[in-house]
Amino acid sequence: MKDLDVATLVAVFQEMMGWTFWAVLVACVVATLAFAAVLVRDRGVVAARLVRAELAGVLGGVAAVIAMFAVTNSTPGDMGGPIDWLLAVGIFVGGLIGSTIGAYALMGLFAPTRAPVALRGERAIEA
Amino acid sequence: MPDAWNTLSRRGLLAGAALFAAAPVGAARSQPRVPSRARILILGAGAAGLAAASRLAQRLDGADITLIDKRREHIYQPGFTLVAAGLKSKGYVLSATRDYIMAGVNLVEEAAAEIDPVGRNVTTESGRRLSYDYLVVATGLHLDYAAIEGMDVARIGRDGLGSVYAGPEQAEATWRAMSDFADRGGAGIFLRPATEMKCAGAPLKYAFLTDDILRRRGNRARAELTYNAHNRVLFSVPIVAERVRMLYQERGIRVTHDHVLRAIDPGRRIATFRTPGGDVEQRYDFINVVPPMRAPPVVRNSPLPWQAGPFAADGWAEVDRGTLRHVRFPEVFCVGDVAGVPKGKTAASVKWQVPVAVDHLVASIQGRESAERYTGYTSCPLITRIGRAMLVEFDYQDNLVPSFPGLIAPLEELWITWIMKEVGLKPTYLAMLRGRA
Repeated sequence: MKDLDVATLVAVFQEMMGWTFWAVLVACVVATLAFAAVLVRDRGVVAARLVRAELAGVLGGVAAVIAMFAVTNSTPGDMGGPIDWLLAVGIFVGGLIGSTIGAYALMGLFAPTRAPVALRGERAIEA
Repeated sequence: MPDAWNTLSRRGLLAGAALFAAAPVGAARSQPRVPSRARILILGAGAAGLAAASRLAQRLDGADITLIDKRREHIYQPGFTLVAAGLKSKGYVLSATRDYIMAGVNLVEEAAAEIDPVGRNVTTESGRRLSYDYLVVATGLHLDYAAIEGMDVARIGRDGLGSVYAGPEQAEATWRAMSDFADRGGAGIFLRPATEMKCAGAPLKYAFLTDDILRRRGNRARAELTYNAHNRVLFSVPIVAERVRMLYQERGIRVTHDHVLRAIDPGRRIATFRTPGGDVEQRYDFINVVPPMRAPPVVRNSPLPWQAGPFAADGWAEVDRGTLRHVRFPEVFCVGDVAGVPKGKTAASVKWQVPVAVDHLVASIQGRESAERYTGYTSCPLITRIGRAMLVEFDYQDNLVPSFPGLIAPLEELWITWIMKEVGLKPTYLAMLRGRA
């Protein structure tokens, strides 16, 4: 990895996004920390909340793909080879994972605590 | 580690920046700075000049580095095609030179009037004489519109006259002319000059884009597009030329060979081409004029150009193709468009040339030999329609040198390549100016 380093990637993304690069980076870190905090607080994954977060994640994935087409003046009809489909899937998965984590953390932090407690109870009974 | 992975590592895995994948020389910032009091002059604050200034400032401690350029705005020339396709405004390609000047680099906002490589000095247009220990010539090139009889740059954008190259305003004006043509149809004429030129793929791209926009507006059947090649091929790399020939045939773009634009009559909309059989006139409703390109007068009128051979007539600087060092004046390096090398009048070439030239210059200061070599690498995101492009990368030997072998096929029309052009290229270019990519 002689020529590729994190500094180069940061430089390119800084030029691409300007100050929003750092804002997005901070948002990603905050969302990940919040997700971890909710997991620790709940001592595990709350299944019902995860399902709802995954639904939001699917929407986030679709939105990411649509945004990429919009930003690049292109359409799905422009995809010409397998690498294009892999890229689209990659963008979708990125959007899905990011949105799922973000939505789960938000719901965990701001949703009424009663439902998760009940669900934790269910999990405990199952266990 | 598998070979493929090594190759990827070497060229870089910079998503969206394959064209500018990692430099052939390790990042300047990772190397210890070399103490030096050398006086280094850099002529030209375009892509090559700014990138060289930034890298030298990173590599040297205490050197007197001075950039000379009269123009205050910096122009991102790879963006001209997108402006002329109506996808970006002219603001997309415009910024200020001072935005990219690193600490420790002086900027003299004057044009260089004379280069004296024997006396090791440069005289500016105001008569100021600047001496140097090392000179980096990065003046770019001269668009010789005057060599086309009847050509009037002020008329670009009117009467079907387009020319993507002349500047941001002209690129935007060319879009207006092309858009009018796409609404009405008629005869569309495309061409390239017989001289060396920057980004030889650009005229080909613009024919593809015009075809695409005509189709999007439902007027393709009302238009006839003709590409006039200056010689027997569409592109200097045979395998790419053949691929473009196939695509042009598929898109219904007629090709004529050995046609060089000699004169134009904007009022009558007639272009006159010099051919082996004599002059040939073509009537047009839209034309994209690409002027002959030569070294700027300040270089042509100096001792730096080639004395003989194919690069002599247009005054390109006589440098070693592997080191970019001048063959008669070893303290002079020439990078970017002005360098008299077979390939490489693109920003991607600059990305690969500058680190090599800078390493040789620094090595001279240190009294060592540099092993770095420029292989002629250049690349062209050859747009074949809005939303698709081919990532064409090649070297002096006309070899294809794909950055992503097995992943991104060089001769395949792909969305990912278009994304690189639209999203990845400019930020990588700007990072290059700052010596950060």
